[in-house]
Amino acid sequence: MNFYLKHNWWKYLSVGLLIYTIIGGLLLPVPQLGIINETIRNVYFHVPMWFTMTFLMVVSLWYSIKYLRTFDRRYDIMAAESANVGLWFGVLGLLTGMVWAHYAWGKAWSNDPRQTTAAMFMLIYLAYFVLRGAIEEEDKRAKVSGVYNIFAFFAYVPLTYIIPRLVDSLHPAGGGDSPVFNRDDMDAGMRMVFYPAAIGWIFFGMWIMSLRARFKLLRMKRLEM
Amino acid sequence: MNLFRQVKTLIIKDLVLEWRQRYALNGILLYVASTVMLVYMAFTSKAGGMDDITWITVFWIILLFASVNAVTKSFMQESTGRQLYYYTLTSPQAVILSKIIYNAFLLLLIAAVSFLAYTILLQNPLTDIPLFLLAVLLGSISFAMCFTLISAIAAKAGGNASLMPILSFPIVIPLLALLITVSKGALGIGDSNLNKDIGVLLAINGILASVSFILFPYLWRD
Repeated sequence: MNFYLKHNWWKYLSVGLLIYTIIGGLLLPVPQLGIINETIRNVYFHVPMWFTMTFLMVVSLWYSIKYLRTFDRRYDIMAAESANVGLWFGVLGLLTGMVWAHYAWGKAWSNDPRQTTAAMFMLIYLAYFVLRGAIEEEDKRAKVSGVYNIFAFFAYVPLTYIIPRLVDSLHPAGGGDSPVFNRDDMDAGMRMVFYPAAIGWIFFGMWIMSLRARFKLLRMKRLEM
Repeated sequence: MNLFRQVKTLIIKDLVLEWRQRYALNGILLYVASTVMLVYMAFTSKAGGMDDITWITVFWIILLFASVNAVTKSFMQESTGRQLYYYTLTSPQAVILSKIIYNAFLLLLIAAVSFLAYTILLQNPLTDIPLFLLAVLLGSISFAMCFTLISAIAAKAGGNASLMPILSFPIVIPLLALLITVSKGALGIGDSNLNKDIGVLLAINGILASVSFILFPYLWRD
């Protein structure tokens, strides 16, 4: 028991925080604002998806750099699985956002800059997986996709700066006047759920990633035997 | 040999190679000409012409596709054996730098031809032609920066031609968005802080060039 607590404390913490997020997020009081009303609770689920995705993509970048420095195939597997899980969190973020946008802004897709940048980000990582699928030889695949991962990440970063300047945003604190709500509208009670939710989801993403990576590593070992 | 002499020699080698087998260059120029013709037929027959913003957007899209096609072959046209030979003679940095510079010149030529054909067939609504030409110049350089490393990646992935647009389009979109904004300035519309947009464009080019410069050595050996 002691061993598990020492190494896996973050998994227990993740489960605890997510249970708290679901119960507290749905039951605790939230400020009543026009237009969005109770849908503001989606903040606890929609926003952490993006945090988790961004976090996992940075992890993926980190492992790609590590791979190119050491040429150890394990790092390549970690990079690919981080990108994979991050992409799924991106899909969830997009879906939760589109449902919310449908009720708050009237349309599921309203050319909002954050929607556009998120879609571009996901196109980049889908291209990354197409590239991985196109190369048979494992070492070559690891090297080429690692290079693309790093190049695409650094090419993408300026996008987050440019697009919001070109298009007005409907999102809070994102350029134009927001008809919906401000970041300041999140009161102390909401913060008490929001920050634990963000940490809980990030740990949860890491957990899924580590499970998938360990599975792939075991399979790699079996193939080498 | 130091880096600059290597780069110079490699660029001259590319130029000579291009000149000897002109079909690639002629193919791209013909591609541009037929696309412009297609746009001309589609927009001016009975559709009532195109408005100014469409003019700019369609121009950039023609240029984008022509550039992707032109750059795709930059690491595919030579056999792996010959590439191995270059690699024993020069440094990887010299190879990627020479390819970027060469591609920038190639894309400039293509852009100039497209601009000419496009203006002749579809008139010219621009009010500030020098600014538009600056945007075209910056655009050719940006496309060269962005596509050269991607073409090396696509070549390593087995020379699959469909891979090149998939890999490069998501990356080139911020550049294209900025270029269209700057071009709108040449129409007299759009935002007023053009200097800032051009600055950001140059900064992105700097990032892409330095990342290509750092990453290519990992890619070039098999």
